[in-house]
Amino acid sequence: MTRELSIGITPLADCAPIAVALEHGHFAREGLAVTLSREPSWANIRDKLATGVLDAAHMLAPMTLAASLGIEPVAEPAVTAFALGLGGNAITVSSRLWARLADEGLAAGAPPDACGAALARVLADDRAAGRAPLRFATVFPFSMHGYELRFWLAQAGVTPDRDVRLQVVPPPRMVAELEAGAIDGFAVGEPWGSLAEMRGAGSVLVAVEDLWSRAPEKVLGVNARWLARNHATHKALLRALLAAAHWCDEPENRPELARLLSASHYVDAPESALLGSLAGPKRFHTFHAGDANFPWRSHAMWIATQMLRWGQLEKPLDLRATAARVYRADLYREAAGELGLRAPSADEKSESFGGVRFEPARAAEYATSFAIAKLRVAADELAAAQHARD
Amino acid sequence: MLVDEKPARSKELEQALADAGYEVVATLSGRDDLRGRIAALTPDVIIVDMQSPSRDALEDMRRIHEELPRPVVMFVDETDADSIRAAVRAGVSAYVVDGLKGRSVRPVVEVAIARFQEFQALRSELESARTTLADRKLIERAKGLIMRRRRIAEEDAYQLLRKSAMDQKRKLVDVAREVIAMSELL
Repeated sequence: MTRELSIGITPLADCAPIAVALEHGHFAREGLAVTLSREPSWANIRDKLATGVLDAAHMLAPMTLAASLGIEPVAEPAVTAFALGLGGNAITVSSRLWARLADEGLAAGAPPDACGAALARVLADDRAAGRAPLRFATVFPFSMHGYELRFWLAQAGVTPDRDVRLQVVPPPRMVAELEAGAIDGFAVGEPWGSLAEMRGAGSVLVAVEDLWSRAPEKVLGVNARWLARNHATHKALLRALLAAAHWCDEPENRPELARLLSASHYVDAPESALLGSLAGPKRFHTFHAGDANFPWRSHAMWIATQMLRWGQLEKPLDLRATAARVYRADLYREAAGELGLRAPSADEKSESFGGVRFEPARAAEYATSFAIAKLRVAADELAAAQHARD
Repeated sequence: MLVDEKPARSKELEQALADAGYEVVATLSGRDDLRGRIAALTPDVIIVDMQSPSRDALEDMRRIHEELPRPVVMFVDETDADSIRAAVRAGVSAYVVDGLKGRSVRPVVEVAIARFQEFQALRSELESARTTLADRKLIERAKGLIMRRRRIAEEDAYQLLRKSAMDQKRKLVDVAREVIAMSELL
């Protein structure tokens, strides 16, 4: 029996496994008749997933946690059992800001900490001269881009909520806003950083890959109540996506992938920009290799520590139990097993951002360890809320 | 203020709003400087198309920066209208209406504004209740620390805190916070 499904996507390169699963017939082979809905905003993805207009969606990994933790206007838990890919984000600055950073002695290709230090000096100059703070854009309050940008800024001694203006701009608008001088930099998924470089509007300053290799990014999110009723369909969806993600990862397939994604009903960006981000020297995206699709609970825990750090959560929570509820590693293993694919036996691993280790067993400590933060939960209360043990 | 990507429909909506007695101060698309125009024009209500890419930016302004103390009416002009409307009735999303044509405009906008004001009032009430509770907790903690350190009774510890606050012309909770910070150092 064919099941009809509606899946939401956004115009970003990492919708690739979903696009390929449709175009190459992987969904059809699993008995799924999938309709894609290209959504112009993350808010739409959230609302439509919560209300059942969409059955599944290309989502920012933090959105599943935000929905489940009741910090969104829509209090409808979302879960994921599938990471659509890893990495792919970059911090891009305008040509004007790049020139100022070069004046500070920054060389092209400098490591992220040197870039951060140069930016901190520029910001300090501006503050001393009484100039308005520089403006940086991300895509959504609950996004890896936001947490990555904030983490990098804070490591350079910059207080994000004081020293810069952070705002939200839809990804396809980023390059134009940079060109117009409405923003001075942005943190966004590819191909938009590559496109800014192609147009001469700015330069990719930091590839997030250099801060956190194989960082979490997008996931396939589903509504928790929908999942309870559609377990088998969900597993079929995962099998189709696993096959597609495998294809997306092969270097020889990347040119065809760039061509496919450039279409107006997917990313709607020049093929050359997509090729730059998919097959260029920076190789921003990992779609499958090295268990890239596995929903590591340590990813979810790290995200929750940053929600705490920046004051998005105001109540203590059990980090490991939350991750287990939202990141369904068990369901991934079932689907992978049916395809004869191996899956990690552990649910979590240690992670590292900007050289700072994150050990899941000490997540609460990590969340409250940052000098630059906007914590609204007391360290001892958070520590006391950690019940789930190894 | 209208935020819409389809010029033909915007014209129709502008007319409907004008007929209902509203003045449309601006009609913007995703290509305009939304933040700047909102700050400059301070509209009483913002009406946004669900299909506008500006939704994320509007939500961000409203929730994170609290720069947007304005009601936002979202309109849905597509086939999912039914389920989205059902969701709104269930309290899922703020304000969604279908069509926004002719006579239905005025009540919809009025209801949106009224609901928004209710929400704002509720929120500030919650905010102040939460602060009081958090303050009280801090003062309790500081009191306990002083009692243990000086081996004095609760009432004396409280009086000490109060006197210190009055002498320094500072709020009780600020002094309590300092006591806690100092004790963590020692």
